[in-house]
Amino acid sequence: MQWNWEFTTEILPRMLWATLNTLMAAGIGYAIAAVLGLVLAVAQRTPFRPLTLTIREMVEFLRSTPLVLQIFFVYFVGPEYGISLSPWVAGMIAIGLHYAAYLSEVYRGGMEAVPKGQWEACTAINLSTVQTYRRVILPQALPPSVAGMGNYLVGIFKDTPMLSVIGVAELMQTANAIGGQNYRYLEPYTIVGIIFLVISLVSASAIRGFEAWVRRKLGMY
Amino acid sequence: MAYISFISEYGGRFIDGALVTGLLFLCSLALATVLAHVFGLMLLSSQLAVKAAAVVYVEFFRGTSLLVQLFWLFFVLPLFGVTLDPFLTGFLAVGLNLGAYGAQLVRGAIQSVPRGQWEASYALSMPPARRMRRIIIPQALAIMLPAWGNLVIELLKSTALVALIAVPDLMFEARQLNNSTYLSTWTFGTALVIYYIFARFLITPFMRLMERVMARRLGRT
Repeated sequence: MQWNWEFTTEILPRMLWATLNTLMAAGIGYAIAAVLGLVLAVAQRTPFRPLTLTIREMVEFLRSTPLVLQIFFVYFVGPEYGISLSPWVAGMIAIGLHYAAYLSEVYRGGMEAVPKGQWEACTAINLSTVQTYRRVILPQALPPSVAGMGNYLVGIFKDTPMLSVIGVAELMQTANAIGGQNYRYLEPYTIVGIIFLVISLVSASAIRGFEAWVRRKLGMY
Repeated sequence: MAYISFISEYGGRFIDGALVTGLLFLCSLALATVLAHVFGLMLLSSQLAVKAAAVVYVEFFRGTSLLVQLFWLFFVLPLFGVTLDPFLTGFLAVGLNLGAYGAQLVRGAIQSVPRGQWEASYALSMPPARRMRRIIIPQALAIMLPAWGNLVIELLKSTALVALIAVPDLMFEARQLNNSTYLSTWTFGTALVIYYIFARFLITPFMRLMERVMARRLGRT
């Protein structure tokens, strides 16, 4: 089979549009995961044992079961209880939850790196819990978390093709559709690979740059 | 239908699927381990061509998504006259992908073996192969084991993707059952729990045991 350039230029615009969908899906999923992950991380630090243990086990569960299966679960289980989710919504919930579990681990590491004296000082000057986290702990916990957060940003992007299984029209789904219509899979799948490679390499180096910038900004070399 | 009767009717299919998943897991773990060590060492080579080959392999497989690689191998290779069995395709894709992540772990671990150990083996004028085998690798193994545990879980989860090229693994069986019974919560829920048991009660304790064994063999208990 030969590479067909005419076909390539014909499908390229459609593929590039689909790339935007992939980026959007990754972006939304990541935003959900970043917020929810923080909630999960803080919830694991409450003194209420049953809650911390439940959350801990939940995070382990989310981290050690396959994302594709979780996507199917969310998509098909909703209707059983009378909640019909669109593929996009179901996909964002599944990806958001899955990565929230990962990000909560990153935040947890960051919070554990905050010296114990900082917590004690907050207690000593009688700060409320919210004030303690918002003004003292999180500003110190987030910078060391940047590297891990960056890794998962690239990770979530590489996992979005899994959304194609429930028919979210991202890059992979579009490539499947083009392949099916034209009986040519070489070009669409290869283009998907190249697009992923380019975005991954560029974003990985951008994140490294950002990390260095954060470090410089905080005076930690 | 109660869950008990559901599981007594379809339990066999879950077991069949779990066995395929287990076999695929072991095969791809073996492939990934070999590739990780070969390419991890190549990444450290002083010969530019060797190092470049390893960098291309690692960045290629880490930069493009596993699902894309799987589909590419499955749909595009036959166009070049190479037709592989779905199981073999899945095993290759998962092994190659996780091997690339593993190569980075191997490289990092070897580089973090204390400088003095290298110097001592130079001082004893050990040949490079024996230096690696007797001094560096055993210590590097101990360093990389915790991260390796995460990678093994990732590998288990990645195997679920091969269901999409019709390998009859656990995920595939769950999907089939869902299509015929429409009992989404039970089919996908059961599959999720089986994956969880695999990860949490087989892989994780095994990796902990390995960590203890390594620590003892290096006299670090």
